[in-house]
Amino acid sequence: MITDEALRELVPAVISVLCRRGADFAAAEDAVQEALVESITAWANDPPRDPKGWLVTVAWRKFLDLVRSEAARARREERSESLAESGAVPAAEDSLELYFLCAHPALSPSSAVALTLRAVGGLTTRQIAAAYLVPEATMAQRITRAKRSLAGKRLNRNGDLASVLRVLYLVFNEGYSGDVDLAAEAIRLTRQLRVMSNHAEVAGLLALMLLHHARRPARFAADGSLVPLADQDRSMWDTVAIAEGVEILQTALARDDVGEFQAQAAIAALHADALCVEETDWTQIVDWYDELARITDSPVVRLNRAVAVGEADGPLAGLAELAHLDENLPRYFAVEAHLRERAGEVDAAAALYSRAAAAATNTAERDHLTLQAARLNSSRS
Amino acid sequence: MAKYLMLKHYRGAPVPEGFVPMDQWTPEEISAHMQYMSDFAAKLQETGEFVDAQALSPEGTFVAYGGEGKPPVTDGPFPETKDLIAGWMAIDVDSYERAVELAGELSAAPGKGGKPIHEWLELRPFLEAPPTVTD
Repeated sequence: MITDEALRELVPAVISVLCRRGADFAAAEDAVQEALVESITAWANDPPRDPKGWLVTVAWRKFLDLVRSEAARARREERSESLAESGAVPAAEDSLELYFLCAHPALSPSSAVALTLRAVGGLTTRQIAAAYLVPEATMAQRITRAKRSLAGKRLNRNGDLASVLRVLYLVFNEGYSGDVDLAAEAIRLTRQLRVMSNHAEVAGLLALMLLHHARRPARFAADGSLVPLADQDRSMWDTVAIAEGVEILQTALARDDVGEFQAQAAIAALHADALCVEETDWTQIVDWYDELARITDSPVVRLNRAVAVGEADGPLAGLAELAHLDENLPRYFAVEAHLRERAGEVDAAAALYSRAAAAATNTAERDHLTLQAARLNSSRS
Repeated sequence: MAKYLMLKHYRGAPVPEGFVPMDQWTPEEISAHMQYMSDFAAKLQETGEFVDAQALSPEGTFVAYGGEGKPPVTDGPFPETKDLIAGWMAIDVDSYERAVELAGELSAAPGKGGKPIHEWLELRPFLEAPPTVTD
């Protein structure tokens, strides 16, 4: 019996086949979802030898049913039937166009994410809704609207790769922890994309994901609380994922076409390389933040750079960097608290940790910062 | 992608200018108001931004642990409590700007004389899941 993941891997290729045979994307996507539903019962007793061929056949039939039920049936059907005979089933690599379409710049980020997870990832609307903690009807509507706003747009190999990478990064970085492991799904989709696109940033993004995913077992304590990088039990890091991430990154960097994701991955790789936090090569990390700041000009990057400077050259140097930045930046006070504590200003640090906790945008970070404030407050009394 | 709560207060929010309590509206005005609210929710469902909408009874009870082997202690309601939540609508939107736009639209619900009530809604972001990439 085919695994759920292997089945989902077939989805973009099957949609692509239907599109190439003349189906428009929205109808093709619906037809493939219907075929997937049918496969659950049909395959339970009689699994096909060629699951992809089965899906193409059934999805095409579903598509024709859809077409037949529409007004202009005669002409469209004729065209579809004649187109159907010409196409051999292409390989999975051909779903690159689908990545482009689902991440089309005309879509809002949340729509592009939802559509990518469904049409490229093969997840059901219910799974996507559960993963993002919204009602299924809301997610269904979001997907329908996204498809509607793509009406008339054709599958095209000259899509915007940067948009695709941003969507995959969002899936990876902002995933909730529901039944569907969005981080693992983002890695799977990026891995699949890398087979089809040899752009260095695709490799950079995959390396970045692998290197961060490798730390996941160490990121949370048994009670669910956040463990910061410096305190993580590094023996829990996934060395296989790290080795793969580093190798992919090195190959990408050798091409001398550095971009945002490669630079971020390089920073993650330097952390991964240190057996204990004291061994971290902060000087090189600062260099990579400089590179990243040149590429993105992001204030968040400069904030993280101040942390690295604080480690490389001491907390006072870090605070000097921080003085140039806007205190309204997310995590600004958390960074300042950490630097002040290291500079020996315990009272100021405790107050700043509390202030940072109040400004935190997620509960794990808020609880962690509250804990830091409490630790300093109780050490003084 | 961020979730926000639009909180509607019975009490505790600033009072809009020319405020008239609902029991002094005509039945038609109340009905127009209700229609606006349900149309608004339906619109959010259609745009794929709706998460939840609930109304709360103004009367509630305070409950606390009563100690080992004892039943919970109840108290209240406290009519003097400053803040009183009437209900909420939760939305999932692409930006803070969009959340503000929607809250403004909800606050334009018609009241006395069919004019927008300009009710103050409190917009509160949900705390999110922690991001994976932090360094």
